Amino acid sequence: MAEGKLADPIGLPLDRVDGQLKVTGRATYAFEYATQGGAAYGVIVPSAIAKGRVVAVDVQEAQHAPGVLLVLTKDNAPPQTPWGPVDLPDRFARAEPALDSDEVRYFGFPVAFVVAETFEEANAAAALVSVRCDSLPGQYDLHSAGPTAEDPGHISDGAPANSSVGDFEAAFATAPVKIEALYTTPYQNQAPMEPHATMAVWEGQMLTVHTSAQLTTSPQEGLARTFNIPKENVRVVTRYIGGGFGSKLPFYVDATLAAIGARIVGRPVKLAMTRPQLFHMTTHRTASEQRLRLGADRDGRLTAYGQDALVQCARFDNYTEPVCGAARMLYAAPNRLTRHRLAKLDLPRSDSMRAPGDAIGLLALECAMDELADALGFDPVDLRLRNDTEIDPERDRPFASRHLAEALRLGAARFGWDKRIAKPASVRDGRWLIGLGVASAVRADVLRSATARARLERDGRLTVELAMTDIGTGTYTILTQVAAEAMELPVDRVTVRLGDTRFPPTAGSGGSFGAATSSSAVLAACRKLNAGLALGLTEAEGSVTPADLDDTYAHAGFGAHFAEAAVHRDTGEVRVRRMLGVFAAGRILNAKTARSQMIGGMTWGIGSALIEENHVDPRYGSFVNQDLASYHVAVNADVGSLDVMFLDEADPHGSPLGSKGIGELGICGAGAAVINAIHNATGARIRDMPATPDKLLATLETLDA
Amino acid sequence: MKPFRYERAGSLASACASATEPTAKFIAGGTNLLDLMKLQIETPTHLVDIGPLPLAEIEESAEGGLRIGARVTNSALAADMRVRRRYPVLSQAILAGASAQLRNKATTGGNLLQRTRCSYFYDTTKPCNKRMPGSGCAALGGLNRMNAVIGVSSDCIAAHGSDMAVAMAALDARVETVAADGVTRTIPIDALYRPPGNTPHIETVLAPGELIQSVVLPPPPPGQQLYRKVRDRASFAFALVSVAVVVTREDDRVRAARVAFGGISYKPWRSAEAEAALIGATVTRASFDAAGRAALRDARGYGYNDFKIPLARRTLRAALADATGVI
Ligand SMILES: Cc1cc2nc3c(=O)[nH]c(=O)nc-3n(C[C@H](O)[C@H](O)[C@H](O)COP(=O)(O)OP(=O)(O)OC[C@H]3O[C@@H](n4cnc5c(N)ncnc54)[C@H](O)[C@@H]3O)c2cc1C
Ligand code: SF4
Repeated sequence: MAEGKLADPIGLPLDRVDGQLKVTGRATYAFEYATQGGAAYGVIVPSAIAKGRVVAVDVQEAQHAPGVLLVLTKDNAPPQTPWGPVDLPDRFARAEPALDSDEVRYFGFPVAFVVAETFEEANAAAALVSVRCDSLPGQYDLHSAGPTAEDPGHISDGAPANSSVGDFEAAFATAPVKIEALYTTPYQNQAPMEPHATMAVWEGQMLTVHTSAQLTTSPQEGLARTFNIPKENVRVVTRYIGGGFGSKLPFYVDATLAAIGARIVGRPVKLAMTRPQLFHMTTHRTASEQRLRLGADRDGRLTAYGQDALVQCARFDNYTEPVCGAARMLYAAPNRLTRHRLAKLDLPRSDSMRAPGDAIGLLALECAMDELADALGFDPVDLRLRNDTEIDPERDRPFASRHLAEALRLGAARFGWDKRIAKPASVRDGRWLIGLGVASAVRADVLRSATARARLERDGRLTVELAMTDIGTGTYTILTQVAAEAMELPVDRVTVRLGDTRFPPTAGSGGSFGAATSSSAVLAACRKLNAGLALGLTEAEGSVTPADLDDTYAHAGFGAHFAEAAVHRDTGEVRVRRMLGVFAAGRILNAKTARSQMIGGMTWGIGSALIEENHVDPRYGSFVNQDLASYHVAVNADVGSLDVMFLDEADPHGSPLGSKGIGELGICGAGAAVINAIHNATGARIRDMPATPDKLLATLETLDA
Repeated sequence: MKPFRYERAGSLASACASATEPTAKFIAGGTNLLDLMKLQIETPTHLVDIGPLPLAEIEESAEGGLRIGARVTNSALAADMRVRRRYPVLSQAILAGASAQLRNKATTGGNLLQRTRCSYFYDTTKPCNKRMPGSGCAALGGLNRMNAVIGVSSDCIAAHGSDMAVAMAALDARVETVAADGVTRTIPIDALYRPPGNTPHIETVLAPGELIQSVVLPPPPPGQQLYRKVRDRASFAFALVSVAVVVTREDDRVRAARVAFGGISYKPWRSAEAEAALIGATVTRASFDAAGRAALRDARGYGYNDFKIPLARRTLRAALADATGVI
C-alpha cells in the first residue's frame, strides 16, 4: 500500500482534485441537474415596492400564457411556518416561507411565482402577472436612523454588543495625543458568480433539493421547519458551488418555491434567481458608521481605545454585524469601549459577507491607527508593534499563538518599508503620486462540530464522506490530502464526497471554520479507521466539537498588509501597484489553495478600498446598482502584483491539525493598507469608503495650488 | 423577455422595410439590445438581424479617409492597422470600453446606438421619462453619479455610454444611412443624437427602419491624438468622464485642437469652446485648465455627479499635457 505514497501530502500545493471536472464543465451545479421526465422551470416575481401589502394579484393572463403550469401567489400558496423564529440559535435553519402572507417586507420581495415548461415561458409569463400593492412609508436611511438605533444586546457571533474595560471616557479625555474620526463604509453585495439556484424533487414524502448552499444541515432543518415535515424527509445536495461569500449561508425562497412548485406540478422544478434579484432577495453586507476614538501617551502606547458602530438589519431580523470584534483583541489598551447599535430598516436582510465585522471594522480601525501614528509622529509599523499584546485584552486570556509582530517586521523588510517617506505627497513618478501603507490583519478562529466517515473499499481505495461543502475554496482537495496522510495512502487513492445530508453532519463552510473543522473530523475518522484496520475495521466515523479548541486560550490568525498606491495627480485614479500580505495562520493544509484564498482576500480588500459599494435610494428603499456592470468588484486591472507569505506557525493549543481559518484573514485590514497608502501618496484622508476618484479631487486641487 | 419574431435580413432594402414597423428593431451584436429585452425595457416584437448584410468591411474612401461598415466589430476596428496608424484615438477609445468578449460581438452601428446606463432606466420599477415617457426622472433627485452635466434637460439627465463615439466626434466622423425607400443620407456624428428636451425617449434623428450602413472618417487631422478615460475601476467600467483630443503643437503654442468629452452629456460632447480657447494658447497646464473651464461653462451638476465638472476639466488637462508632452 505504501507504493506510490506521497510523503506527507498535507501542505503540498496539490492541484484541485475537482479542477478538471470544473474546467471541462462536468462539475454539476444546482441548476444543471437533469432528471428523468425533465424539470419544469420557475421564475419569481418580485415586488416593486419596499414596504406595504399586496392587495391583489391578477394572474389571469399569466395562467393562460403558453407553457404555464402554475402561478403561485399569496392566494393559493400552501400553509407554511412563518419566517423565523428570529432568535433561533442557528439562524440559518429558520423557516423561510414564500408567498405565505400579503406583507411586503422589502423591495424585490417575492410576490408571485410562475412555473412553466421552459425557462423562457416562465419568464415571459412572470411579466404578465400584475400585482397591486398598497405602499406604506418605510425607513431606509441608515445615517438618519442613528439616533433611534437600538442596543441589540448581542452581536451576531454571540458576543455582547457592548464591551468596556477600565474607564474609557476619562482616559480618552486626558490622553495626551488622540484622534477622533467618523468612518463610513457602504452597502456591499457578495455577488457570487453562480446565482442562488435550486432544483427540487419529491419522491413520495421525500424532498430532495439540489441547491447552491454553503451549509447542508441548516437548510435541511430550515426546509423541514418551513414545511412542517420531519428533517429526515429532506435531503440537501450541494456538490459544487460557484462562490457564496456568506450569501449562501442562509437558504432562500428559491429552495422553498422550487419545493412547493415541484409538489404542486408533480415533477421537479428548478429555478435560479436572476442577477438583479440577487441584490435584494439575498443578503448583503450592511453599511456602517464607525466612530473611532483613540488616545495614546507620547510613547505611542494606547491608553484609550473606543469604537462605536452603527449597522443595519432588516426590520424583522436581528443580525448585528460584529464590527468591533477585531478591535476587541487587536491591541493592548487599559481603557476600552466598544459598542454596536442596530438600525432596523425596511431594507433587505443584512448578513454575513466574507469576514463579517472584521472586513469593515478593520477598514476603519486600521485607518484610524494610521491617523494616530500621524498625530504622534510615529511610524505606523512601530505604533502597531508598540501596542502588540500576548493577552487577549478584553477576555484576559493568552493567545494560543499570535505572530502579529513577526508579520509586521518581516513584511516591512520584504516590502521595503524603510523607503517610505512619512511626509505625504513626497514621492512622484511622472503625474502619479506614490505612497505606502500598512495595516494589521486579525481574524478570530473557531472550531465547530462535524463528523466524517471514512471507509476502506474492497479495491483498497478510501472513501471519505461528510456533509461539508466546497464553495470553490478547495475543500475537496485539502480533505483528500488530510485523509491520504492519515491513512498513509497516495492522494489518488482517496475519494472525498461532500455536499449531501446523507453524509454525516458538519457545520459547513462559513466564517473560516470550514477547513479546520472538517479536516479535524476527517483526521479523527481516519485515525480511528487506521487503528482498527488490524481488527478488520473497514469503516469509521470521527468527530470534532468546539470543545476541541482549548478555551483557556484566545484563538486568532494574524497578519500584516503592505500596499503601494499610485494616485493620478489630475484625475484621482488610484492604482495599487503592489501589495504584500504576511500571514500567521497556523498549519497550511495546501500551499496553493491557501495562497489563492489570500490573494482573493487581498483583492477584495482592494475592492472595498477603491470600488465596491451599493447605494440605497432612500426614496424607494431599493439598491441602485442591480447588475454587475454597475456594481463593481475588483477586476484584474485593479490588482497590481500580489505577494503572499505565510509564517511557519505551529499552534499546539489550536485545532487538532493545527490549522487556522484562512478564507477571511486575507481581506482583514487589506483595504486599510490601501487607504493608508493613498494618504501617504497625497495627504488625503479618506474616511468615506470607497476611495473613488471624486473623493480625491479636493486634495488634488490643493496640491495644484 | 417577450416572444418576438426573428428575421435574418436578406437585403438592405428588405431589412429596412421590415424594420419600419414601430415595434421592429435591428439587431447587430445584441450586446445591448438583448440585455434590455431580458429586462423588458425594450420589447420589440420583430427583430431584423443585420448579420447577413455586407457591412463588415473597412475601406479606403475616395477623400483619403476610411469607410467603416456598420457591422465591423469593435475588436476588428480597434485592431485594424490603418486605424491604429492614422486614427489611434479611435483604437484607444474602443479598447477602453467594455471587455474583450463584448468588443468581439459589439458592432460599430450598435455601439453608436447603445442606450444609456442610467441606473433608473434599468430599474423598471422607477419613473423614467426615457423608458416610460411622462413618468418622471428618478435620476434628478437620486443617485445620479453616472449622469450627465451638460446639454441635458430637466426631463432627462442621462449620459451616453459610448467611448468609440467620443473619438469619432473628435475625428468629425459622418454616419451614412439608408431608409426603407432607398434614400441615403449622411449625418455628421454630432447631429446624430437628439437633445433630450422633453422627449428623451427619442434619442437620434434616425427614422424608423433607417439603417446605419457605415461611418466615414475624413482623412486624419494633423496632430497628436489621445483618448483618456477615467472610471471607477481600472477596466470594464463606463467612463465617469473621458476625453478625446487631437492637438497640434507649434513651439510653445497650440496651433490646432479638437476636443470631445464622454460621460458628461447625452452625446459625445465636442467642445468648440475648448477648441477656441486652445488655439494659440501656451502649452501649459494653466491654459489647458482654462480650455476646460470654457468647455464646462454651461455645465451643472445634479448632486452626486457634481464632481464630473472638475474631473472633466482635469482629465482634459491630463490628456492635453500627455499629447503635447508637457511634463
Ligand atoms: C457590461 C457592459 C459593459 C460595457 N462597457 C462599455 C464601455 O465601457 N464603453 C462603451 O463604449 N460601451 C460599453 N458597453 C456597450 C457596448 O459597447 C455596446 O453594448 C455595443 O457597442 C452595442 O453594439 P451591438 O452591435 O451589440 O448592438 P446591439 O445590441 O445589437 O444594438 C444596439 C442598438 O443599435 C441598433 N442598431 C444596431 N445596429 C444598427 C444599424 N446598423 N443601424 C441602425 N440601428 C442599429 C439596435 O436596433 C439597438 O437598438 C458595455 C456593454 C456591456 C454589456
Ligand atoms: S436621467 Fe433619463 S434615463 Fe435616467 S431616470 Fe431620468 S429620464 Fe430616465
